Amino acid sequence: MSQTNGHSHPHGAAGHDSHELPFWRKYIFSVDHKVIGIQYAVTGLLFLFFGFCLMMLMRWQLAYPGQPLPVPFLANLFNETQMISGIMLPEFYNQLGAMHGTIMIFLGVVPLAVGGFGNFVVPLQIGAPDMAFPKLNMMSYWLYFIGGILMLASFFVPGGTAQSGWTSYPPLSVIASSGQTWWLVGMAFLINSSLLGSINFITTIVQLRAPGLSFFRLPFFVWAQFVTSFLLLLAFPPLMGAAVLQLMDRLAHTSFFLPTGLVVNGAPIAGYSGGGNPLLWQHLFWFLAHPEVYVLILPAMGIVAEVIANNTRKPLYGYKALIYSVVFLGFMSFIVWAHHMYLTGMGTGMSAFFQVTTMIISIPSVIILTTMILSLWGGAIRFTVPMLFALAFLPMFGIGGLTGLPLGLNASDIHLHDTYYVIGHFHYVVAPGTIFALFAGVYYWFPKATGRQMVGWLGKLHFWPSLIFINGVFMPMFIQGMAGVQRRLYDPMQYAHAQPTQVLNVVMSVSAWLLGLAQIPFIVNFFYSIFWGRKADQNPWQATTLEWTAPSPPPHGNFTSEPVVYRGPYEYASPDSKSDFWPQAMKEKN
Amino acid sequence: MQKYGWSLPIDVSTHGYQIDRLIWVIHWFMAVLFVGWFLFFLYTLFRFRARAGHKPEHHEKHFKLPTYLEAGVAVFEVVLLVGFSFPIWAHIRNQFPDEKKALHVRVVAEQFAWNVHYPGPDGVFGRTSPALMNASNPLGIDRTDPRALDDIATINQLHIPVDTPVIAQLTSKDVIHSFFLPVMRVKQDTTPGQQIPVWFQAKQTGDFEIACAQLCGLGHYRMRGFFVVDPKETFTQWLAEQAPKPEEIAAWTAAAAAAASKPVAAPAVAAPASH
Repeated sequence: MSQTNGHSHPHGAAGHDSHELPFWRKYIFSVDHKVIGIQYAVTGLLFLFFGFCLMMLMRWQLAYPGQPLPVPFLANLFNETQMISGIMLPEFYNQLGAMHGTIMIFLGVVPLAVGGFGNFVVPLQIGAPDMAFPKLNMMSYWLYFIGGILMLASFFVPGGTAQSGWTSYPPLSVIASSGQTWWLVGMAFLINSSLLGSINFITTIVQLRAPGLSFFRLPFFVWAQFVTSFLLLLAFPPLMGAAVLQLMDRLAHTSFFLPTGLVVNGAPIAGYSGGGNPLLWQHLFWFLAHPEVYVLILPAMGIVAEVIANNTRKPLYGYKALIYSVVFLGFMSFIVWAHHMYLTGMGTGMSAFFQVTTMIISIPSVIILTTMILSLWGGAIRFTVPMLFALAFLPMFGIGGLTGLPLGLNASDIHLHDTYYVIGHFHYVVAPGTIFALFAGVYYWFPKATGRQMVGWLGKLHFWPSLIFINGVFMPMFIQGMAGVQRRLYDPMQYAHAQPTQVLNVVMSVSAWLLGLAQIPFIVNFFYSIFWGRKADQNPWQATTLEWTAPSPPPHGNFTSEPVVYRGPYEYASPDSKSDFWPQAMKEKN
Repeated sequence: MQKYGWSLPIDVSTHGYQIDRLIWVIHWFMAVLFVGWFLFFLYTLFRFRARAGHKPEHHEKHFKLPTYLEAGVAVFEVVLLVGFSFPIWAHIRNQFPDEKKALHVRVVAEQFAWNVHYPGPDGVFGRTSPALMNASNPLGIDRTDPRALDDIATINQLHIPVDTPVIAQLTSKDVIHSFFLPVMRVKQDTTPGQQIPVWFQAKQTGDFEIACAQLCGLGHYRMRGFFVVDPKETFTQWLAEQAPKPEEIAAWTAAAAAAASKPVAAPAVAAPASH
């Protein structure tokens, strides 16, 4: 990062004009928020696909335990520490599970939602020429990139990658093979990437808003990113501390998380003094990981709000209620973490506190969801592809939220904790919820990023099968959870109580593979449209927010002249305007 | 009677009905709320679809219903907390049965088995020590302790008598496991370095399972134990069969006498004795 201008490098001799930057400065080591946003988004999408592939492998083992992979080509990709003649080993199953979670959350959804959409859209929506700290922004991306490479490389170290779950509970994670060390170092890079990014977002949103763009004229998406950045900034440092402590336990044989008297494999564990507490990790981890849930969901809500306002052709219902709710949600998300730990031996007082906060946090979530549904009332709803994804988000996120209720109450959690019910619950929040919203965002802002529209019928061919199969994957999990089937089981057939619902594993696995096939129209559409899509003008959706005032794609510096904001973000169907939309930056009547 | 299926497993515990009732109350509430929401959602999508001659409304209506709905949800959550979850949890965590009438066991989890420790006829757990743990003595029972001579150790076999309260002290030797008795509505993490008590009472006999609910390593999926609720007489008989043989006890006593003549004893951790 010491290099401050292009002149010191032979390839940088083109001069100051950004349009003449060499390829590697313009597209690879770029400081332009739009390029960085696209880098984040594409890397994030690739990791989402990779994490999805890990899950599709696991689903084979779950549906047909102990049977060899049916595709010899696939089986040949794996060595004998992973699969033996196509039959998956339990340690490899655990690796796939741990890395599916890690990759989907830290390398897929967060980079796409915050790094991708945040970077690309926020400066445009607030009328800024770029992020406040462009070089810091570039550094965020490259730290993330290195973190991702370390995570991928860890698959190839002796003993394989991390296999103690994405939660990495000690002592299991401390006595695990060296892949766990790679995981911790990778996480350190990802954490620092997010920290730099969050500082950048907060500064940008506070400092670089266009004239006239007061906080209560900000699009809801910007508010969502603003709150998300505070969550990242305040929640990640404890995890960073915890990761360093676990790294010390592993490498220097400190005992932050190891109690006295551990006996592993029949022999007292050597070289550790003991005196630590495994629960300390859980508190530090969940202090991050619960706010992290809102890091995953808030940008998604922001995208859905934008798409709904645009496609109902009317203002959002309860814009201020949305903002107050999202800010309140942000605060509350810091004091609910121990509801992940009811069964660690928690007493009545502490669990009562965390149950109360958990019930309280459901209120703003209900308000947000209700507000979005009521926003549809009185609209003239266009069922565009982004709108389909945004609409599907609402009921599916609703299922995710509602099923949090029996988990948030500790008495019902006794039976449901660590079962497939939990898996179903958080996947409904993150996959049919957040990922559907992210797809809405891709379809919505694609013309802004590329200057071309994606193909509508391919989008619908992507949407409908995805909607059906994603419910086929996750809905049966609630039934399995009620039956008491534990999560993270390599072979569910071992348990009598898991056998009656084994047939559902086949249903879920087939749905998962079909869900994979259903992504083909998206991939085709994405690449086809980049090159041959119908040309889009600067405002193809007839939207009101500032990003649609810039050319498509926006040049370096974004706006041809600095925009001035005259009104709120969603002035659709205004009686004071002739047209059905009135852009924020338009002084005269539209 | 069917034990397991597509819904909650059979409940053979005295306390489990409260948990099940809460689970069903919540699910009915969720179903009503979701179906209501969803029908409204579909109706809205149909009624306000874009079409020729249909104009969106700019001036937003103020809806009163959602406010009542939010308040209703909030009130219902208070009921769930105060009426169900707090008292149930207090019942499970705090209101332990009379220690004198209860059967006491220790359950010590390890990768990938459940070690069960019964105190034997004297009702007192003998001393245990991590230093003594090995394949033939996975609990590390110190047989030089006179109170340990009648102690009974089993692996993956938890038998309890029906209609008798059981107090189980849970811990782990190595990593975190979770002691899960699906049919008893009991689930509790077992954490090394911590001793966590749980209680339960079976109202019906049968052969069931102990499951591990917390990822504990590559054998997590097969960390299955047998949980058997016996008629009282059968239990007494079974326990007697598991008891140490007289010749074993004689050998331990002799070894203890020999060890007592030496000055240094192995470092030992006293197990919390129950009375």
